[in-house]
Amino acid sequence: MTRYVMVADLRRCVGCQTCTAACKQANATLPGVQWRRVLDIEVGEFPDVSRVFLPTGCQHCGDPPCEEVCPTTATYQRDDGSVQIDHDLCIGCGYCALACPYEARYIVDEAEFAYGMEPMPNEAARFDEGKIGVAQKCTFCIDVVDAGIAKGLKPGVHPEATPACVNACISGALTFGDKDDPNSPVSKLLAKVEHFRMHEDLGTDPGFYYIWDKKPEDLM
Amino acid sequence: MKHGQQDYSKTDKGGQRKKGGKRGKVGPWPRLQKFWDIRAACNFIGGGTGAGLLLVAGFYALQGLDNTPLVIAGFLSISFGLFMVFLEIGRPWRSINLFFHPQTSWMTREGIVAIPLYVSMALSVFFAGQFIGVLASISAALLAGLFLYCQMRILHAARGIPAWRHVAIKPYMLITGMTEGLALALCISVTSAHTALVPILALLLFMRLGFWLRYAHQLRIDGAPEASCNKVDDLFIWTMVGNLLPVVLLVADWWLEVEAIVVLAGLIAAFSGWYTKAIVVTKAAQTRGFRLPRTPVRGQGQSRVVGQSGFRQNQ
Repeated sequence: MTRYVMVADLRRCVGCQTCTAACKQANATLPGVQWRRVLDIEVGEFPDVSRVFLPTGCQHCGDPPCEEVCPTTATYQRDDGSVQIDHDLCIGCGYCALACPYEARYIVDEAEFAYGMEPMPNEAARFDEGKIGVAQKCTFCIDVVDAGIAKGLKPGVHPEATPACVNACISGALTFGDKDDPNSPVSKLLAKVEHFRMHEDLGTDPGFYYIWDKKPEDLM
Repeated sequence: MKHGQQDYSKTDKGGQRKKGGKRGKVGPWPRLQKFWDIRAACNFIGGGTGAGLLLVAGFYALQGLDNTPLVIAGFLSISFGLFMVFLEIGRPWRSINLFFHPQTSWMTREGIVAIPLYVSMALSVFFAGQFIGVLASISAALLAGLFLYCQMRILHAARGIPAWRHVAIKPYMLITGMTEGLALALCISVTSAHTALVPILALLLFMRLGFWLRYAHQLRIDGAPEASCNKVDDLFIWTMVGNLLPVVLLVADWWLEVEAIVVLAGLIAAFSGWYTKAIVVTKAAQTRGFRLPRTPVRGQGQSRVVGQSGFRQNQ
């Protein structure tokens, strides 16, 4: 089996938002829509304050609540574990967005561009009417991944088979790959670090891991 | 700005329904969902009330009473709710796709139940006073109960909204739908209402109040977002008045026997339920926010356990 997951090393993320920009460039999302986000969080109280950058987006859950509630089967899970949306089936009811604990979904009812209602030539060239009025979210750049695999490349290893945000990350904080493959970058990485998954208690089995420390020496 | 919170709205627009450039307040803390507005709330209002009306209509049919006005009112109420959903969704002309996922989606199941429900309502009105009409009324009442159950499960299945996900919302949604329907049925058939309706309504009002207070209490105990708890708590006076005043009016009518008092009691009982549902769907629906259980080890080599923004830190 294949289970694509993403790993974010919170020790490395510097909050530069390059992944966010790369995602917008790769997927031509409209202003205000960010499939890959980085939250800037300040925690603690003076003088013990920490600043943490938290990359978020669709967690491509193993048990996706969005897929469960979707009345149209527009949201579905592929055999590789990624959760996708068939925009031609979606009716834009928004139920999936309310079932998602990660606030990863967007619905744009009316297109608005960088400079108002009229798109710039570059925006018009890539504007997808099919995504208006329906749910949209991170796809793990699955078309790129599929194309890469078709060429014999390995997702998470070769950039041509890897999501744009991972390729763009300047600090190597994001890693992508098949968690069921013990030789994949994510499997090797997760084996030697302490990590958590967000809202894991909800039983969603998220496919997005956050690294917060290395494993103690005696466990390595 | 509070500790543990930082406004990052310049670059982070959050998952939201976007129209005309409106922006939502974003950050790691819970925030109000914008995907379902009053139109979606109207589905729960109309559906619940309509289901309640049809339950009473089924009771009337068993008693041999004329239930046609109640069935028509139930039809109008449920249709109003479904029409408002039609207005809510982004691609209404694809609504047929709604029926594609009965395996797990309560929204699909609600839609599927609505089909035989409409058939039963039509037969009930068309064959009013005949045996087929009685059977159709009973069928409509059973299906209306199922419809109401589906609505309750729709809210509960929303794992992203703690105020809806809480198990205590389920009995409240069932009871308030029945209460609203019965209250309106009393208003519609006030001159010929069955004598059992008044004490049943009083009982339902007490039950509704009890389930609401339990919901409000448990929501806070079980750690829902602070803003959700506050919105629910804000309805305390409203729910007390909306449930107890109709009971007082019904008791007063026992002696005074003025029909207008019963109508007033019914309207207050129904409207208080509608308002409460509208608030739960549109104002108390805070998201879970983003939880960071631990900070990463950097620099000083320390990690700290983090409480979630927007939640009471002692939970």
